[in-house]
Amino acid sequence: MEKDELQQWENKCIQEEPPECTATCPIHVDARLFVKEMARGDVDAAFQVLARTMPFPGILGRICDHPCERRCKRDQVEAPIAIGLLERRCVENTTTRARIQPLARRDKRVAVLGGGFAGLCAAWDLLKKGFRVTIVEAGGLLGGSLLEYPADILPPDVVREEIAVLETLGGEFRYGAVLDEAAFARLRSEFDAIFMDREAMAGCDLPLTRDDSGEIVIDPATGATGEDDVFAGGGTRFSSAFSPVTEALHGRKGALSIERFIQNVQLSTGRENEGPFSTRLFTSIAEIEPVPRIIPTAGDAGYSSEEALAEAGRCIQCECMECVKVCLYLERFEGYPKKYARQIFNNEYVMHGRAHTKNQFVNSCSTCGLCETVCPNDFYMGDLCLQARRTMNERKFMPASFHEFALSDMAHANGDSFALLRHEPGGEKSAWLYFPSCQLCATSPLPVLTSYRYLREKLAGGVGIMLGCCGAPAFWAGREDLFKASIAKLRQQWDEMGSPKVITACSTCRSLFTERIPEMETQSIWEVMEDIGLPVGASSLAERLTGSTVSVADPCITRKDPQTKESVRRIIKGLDFVVEELPLSGEKPECCGFGGLMFNANPGLARDVIAHRAVKAGTSPPSTVTAPQGWFRTRLRESADTVYYHTKVSDNDYIAYCAMCRDNLAAAGKRTAHLLELVFPDHDGTDPAGRGWISWSERRNNRSLVRDAVLAEHGEKGEAQMEEYENIKLSISDEVRRRIDDRRILENDIRQVIHQAEETGKRLKNADTGHFLAYQQSGNVTFWVEYSPADNGYTIHNAYSHRMQIAGIKP
Amino acid sequence: MSNQPEESSAWSCASCGTPLEIVKVAFTYMKGNFEVPLPACTSCGLVMIPEDLATGKMAEAERILEDK
Repeated sequence: MEKDELQQWENKCIQEEPPECTATCPIHVDARLFVKEMARGDVDAAFQVLARTMPFPGILGRICDHPCERRCKRDQVEAPIAIGLLERRCVENTTTRARIQPLARRDKRVAVLGGGFAGLCAAWDLLKKGFRVTIVEAGGLLGGSLLEYPADILPPDVVREEIAVLETLGGEFRYGAVLDEAAFARLRSEFDAIFMDREAMAGCDLPLTRDDSGEIVIDPATGATGEDDVFAGGGTRFSSAFSPVTEALHGRKGALSIERFIQNVQLSTGRENEGPFSTRLFTSIAEIEPVPRIIPTAGDAGYSSEEALAEAGRCIQCECMECVKVCLYLERFEGYPKKYARQIFNNEYVMHGRAHTKNQFVNSCSTCGLCETVCPNDFYMGDLCLQARRTMNERKFMPASFHEFALSDMAHANGDSFALLRHEPGGEKSAWLYFPSCQLCATSPLPVLTSYRYLREKLAGGVGIMLGCCGAPAFWAGREDLFKASIAKLRQQWDEMGSPKVITACSTCRSLFTERIPEMETQSIWEVMEDIGLPVGASSLAERLTGSTVSVADPCITRKDPQTKESVRRIIKGLDFVVEELPLSGEKPECCGFGGLMFNANPGLARDVIAHRAVKAGTSPPSTVTAPQGWFRTRLRESADTVYYHTKVSDNDYIAYCAMCRDNLAAAGKRTAHLLELVFPDHDGTDPAGRGWISWSERRNNRSLVRDAVLAEHGEKGEAQMEEYENIKLSISDEVRRRIDDRRILENDIRQVIHQAEETGKRLKNADTGHFLAYQQSGNVTFWVEYSPADNGYTIHNAYSHRMQIAGIKP
Repeated sequence: MSNQPEESSAWSCASCGTPLEIVKVAFTYMKGNFEVPLPACTSCGLVMIPEDLATGKMAEAERILEDK
């Protein structure tokens, strides 16, 4: 990622944009933080928040005309937060004072003509900037309009004390000054720059450029007048009502312009967001309950401390977090996309991958795209993560463990145990090509074979078959080399078959083909089934499931594919089911944990993600589901302390049409059937939603079963060579089978360890149990197996693995 | 990674017939080298890594090395 790309990504995420109150405030007081401190009951901390931005917080806090309230999001629910009343409660009750630390004194002198609020505020800022400031007032009192407030709102003592701060900061005062043309000229030669308070100077006729109506011309952006060294502001009461906070803005503007003028810097650059601006922050109020605004019982005397607490407690602390609310992955890493983009950039650009700080993060995203759907600016984490994965691979700092298992599964699907390309038996050309997908063949081999026969029966022109992997794992792993090679091979084989129309049974395969082989015409098997009609007998299944009402578990890849979703629903209804939609259907399905290879890079997170879709909040997963392990940061949290919400899991049986969704939901304990199993059911009366979990070893066996069956129809035999170890018979209890499968250990890995141990005699023996323990490194992984000989084979008591390589014992 | 759990005392090397002794075993991972005291057969070099070590501290150390 280059720096400008980072900026583009960062700019898309609006979480750090200011809330409406701050953006609307002319001087951008952090009202959200102020109200938060008030809600905590910490009046002093709240006061310090005001004092960070406000000049004369003791004055402004009492009389601010709070334009912030007009844009408060709460106003769209019932009524805005009473920020003005809370400020008053705060400044009247704080025990601290504003801590002012002026910059080093500069040898430049500024005169402030007129001690109205704008002039006083200009003097405040100029003194803080280190200038030597003299306030020149025609009358005998400073304050202007401030002096007209009732004493119970703004006591004269407070005004005096606050103005006295200017003296503490080294300000000088001249009262009763005559301000005519000659005096003005003398002041301009005496001082480096002048700020003129329009309210206090209203009666003076000074030689400054004026417009047609006789008003002094002032640049609203900078406060500049027709004279380079003279700036002006204030006088809000002449155009509308006196606005203390706008007077403060004018004073602040003038002070900044004077600083720039004295330093000889461009006056107007980078000042777009000075004064009120519109913020890009999005805050959803969809789930905000109305809470009435607190009316002070003491009337004009303002809030009691309890009332202030209650009113501040109404604040919703505006923020976006739309994506984090719906994504456990984004929530788990305790940030939001803008922060993540910066961290990824630092990892790969600043540290050149050496820090490895975001490696697991980058590889944990399922790339499901839900973030993009809910983001007001379409921020797609998947894009950012896939790009970062490709960089990690190119620069060779991708840890192998993140994708190795998935890529070896892809290699299996493209190897001689599964990959196959044939015209239909007895045919020599194909108008159609069935691509049932490696994962559907792995979990539902018989429905795949039945559906293939049915397609051949109903479609004219020949229906060929292609068994293999679409390349998705390589794409998700950021392995461009593997992915491109895989797509090139697919395209070549499709050409060899005469460029037939491809029937896909997996939405991921179809989406990759559409994107990467645009000339390939594809149709989902569901659309084809709608055209050719359902097979006889497919509709008698409702009785086998728990009820005739089901819910459809859409795969994340169909997010932008309403056509397939509708097609699937029509088929399900055609099978006499009633569909009850899940809360996250439509454009918002979540991933099952397989997408983006999350299951490989972050198994603990993947288990939590699917548990969220499969297990009702507040209940435990079935005992067959093992607790997340191997991911030491995993924290299972309840909704109380997280923005990540808990969807409603339905009691209905689920129908999935993605093989991995089916398998992952079933493994998490949710009764789920694959739609193809309902359209082409087994005729032995089994319950398609009760099939449960399936191991990675069984999945590979099933693929070979499909391949062998297709070959058998052609009168051929599989040419795959059986290794000697593959004949070893294993006896494994259900519990051990599940455990080793969770550890991604295949039965063939176990057979290889035993084969080697028995051949060489290299094994340990336990005197108490009589069990053997042996290990063997295979690729990057060392597999350990505890076993004992049994009839014709071995009983497996346990198996585990690690990736650290044993280099040997030290003498 | 620390000492072996007591259960490992029941294990002996089946090919050499000797009991296991605690020795330093060298490991490598992600360009790092480590030494851990573990039970091993001092005559043939076969080592013993118990399950809780492999799935616990070793897995954690691997993860940290992959994603410091």
